[in-house]
Amino acid sequence: MTARRFWVFLEQEEGKVHPVSWELLGVARTLASQVADEAAAAGDTVLVEGVLLGENVGPIAQEAIYYGADRVYLFDDPVFAYYRNCPYYQTLAAAAKKYGPEVFLIGATTLGRDLAGAVATALRTGLTADCTGLEMGEVKGARQRLLLATRPAFGGNIMATILCRNSRPQMSSVRPRVFPMPPRNPNATGEIVHEEVEATEESAMSCVLEFIHSKGESVNIEYADVIVSGGRGLGTPDGLKLLQELADELGGVVGASRPLIDSGWIGYAHQVGQSGRTVRPKLYIAAGISGALQHKVGMQNSDFIIAINSDPHAPIFDVADVGIVGDLYQVIPEMLKQIRALKEAKA
Amino acid sequence: MFHALVAVKQVPDTTNIRIDPETGNLVREGVPAIMNPYDAHALAEAVRWKRQLGGKVTVISMGPSSFSSTLQEAVELGADRGVLITDRKFAGADTLATSYVLAEVIKAIHQEDPLQLVFFGKQAIDGDTAQVGPGVAVRLGLPIVTYAVKIREVDLEGGRVVVERKTERWTEVVETSLPALLTCDKEIAEIPFAPLPDLIRSLRYEPEVWTMEGPCPFDPDQVGVKGSPTIVYKMGTPPLPQPGEKVNARELGVEGAVKFALDKATAAGITSLLLGGAQ
Repeated sequence: MTARRFWVFLEQEEGKVHPVSWELLGVARTLASQVADEAAAAGDTVLVEGVLLGENVGPIAQEAIYYGADRVYLFDDPVFAYYRNCPYYQTLAAAAKKYGPEVFLIGATTLGRDLAGAVATALRTGLTADCTGLEMGEVKGARQRLLLATRPAFGGNIMATILCRNSRPQMSSVRPRVFPMPPRNPNATGEIVHEEVEATEESAMSCVLEFIHSKGESVNIEYADVIVSGGRGLGTPDGLKLLQELADELGGVVGASRPLIDSGWIGYAHQVGQSGRTVRPKLYIAAGISGALQHKVGMQNSDFIIAINSDPHAPIFDVADVGIVGDLYQVIPEMLKQIRALKEAKA
Repeated sequence: MFHALVAVKQVPDTTNIRIDPETGNLVREGVPAIMNPYDAHALAEAVRWKRQLGGKVTVISMGPSSFSSTLQEAVELGADRGVLITDRKFAGADTLATSYVLAEVIKAIHQEDPLQLVFFGKQAIDGDTAQVGPGVAVRLGLPIVTYAVKIREVDLEGGRVVVERKTERWTEVVETSLPALLTCDKEIAEIPFAPLPDLIRSLRYEPEVWTMEGPCPFDPDQVGVKGSPTIVYKMGTPPLPQPGEKVNARELGVEGAVKFALDKATAAGITSLLLGGAQ
């Protein structure tokens, strides 16, 4: 009897957990359930486990249990006060060697991408970046189900399913918002394992002299409930003001497709798509966006999509719940008018 | 003497990629091959420091022989030496096998002429994995700074470098020991126009060719398909979503079309959200 462990790296900075950690616990739970039958037949146990590094982050470990972890390995030490590549990857690689997880998921954030490639290389195992689909599937010739990791390739034009037959763990990075947030169950129970920390300040090889918090451009489109996005069809940078007005009315933020970032109309933080951010707001309004695949893969999981485009054949209509064929400079002012009227009627 | 190495990759210009609607395959014909843009910016920064400190820049690239044009382009941008790492046995490498070969080559170059900085682009635009740079750093035991946007200081005597890196949350000013490996964003440096002598030199430049046979040894079990733990299991075009309803503002009038869309949104249960913005 062996334990089949599904690991999630629990990302936190300054004691604040990145929500992608919970999303991945949800995915790990799904993957674990997909091997439940074969594990039961073999007398194996299946566990969803989190790994957490930081300083004074015990409450996050407890929170991880509420989000579905059966167990959390906690490395709590001042050397992890802020993120650094070396002590983090060495600690995670050593932990993985000790416990032998079958699957190891890491959020594809800037921190996670810095880390994942280093851990995978240290473990000499396979890593699939930016997965949009994960499944434990039967593969010919494999004794157990394997992780089938699907990701967009070539700018989102093709989906490739990657597997890692022999090396363990099977590693994947996943962007925030690709998978839904699992429910939080405050009655869930689990175990917190305090691990001994071997990393030292000397082995860290680098130190951060200063953290510079940028002013202004701190838009967080990944977790916005409403996004009003513009594309080349805006015609002029001034069009963004109209989108902003609608976004403000809906309590949302402004997004954009790649051409607007390339032409410098709006900052990278606003970019939705394969080369920007993946989003899944409750409402996504795409105005003047043709709908290149690379954009669609970044927003097609939105709950409700309204597309506005003057070209009736624009591919964006393929993913929209409602499409309006028309001039956005007529449609959006009308939309503002009707939304304001609805609000007044309600008040 | 300052010696920097830049790893570059030739990539298809993904903004020009098309899919054959009949077969679902990539149409490669007519797609221009370019130097991965992030690598080009990293190279520009390496060359800038070479001009400031005196020294040289070596560029390496792993791929088929057609990649030599990218190394020529690197020379045009100010590189002194280009090494093409090419062998059929290297083909089909995933990021782990790629990082192995690059690390072995960098080690060999470092032994004959010590390096202070190794540059990578933050990712390649064809794979977008961002895995090879960190992988090489781990294999070489080098400190790594990813998402570098500015090198503030290169202190050769003190053996340290100060770099700004941009994360989702903030900009970090990182000090690290030399030699170090950086993966660079485009902001790291502008790509300058090539000075005429570099341009002329690049036209006739033939990069060195390194293969499985040498000059540095490779473990045959760690290269190419054999050294790659991941395999592509299947490929396909993304599943087609079920398109929703479409209305034409010209037929229905703008007011009617917008009303239709908002009614649909209401039916989908997001009215409360639409109305909640002002609260």
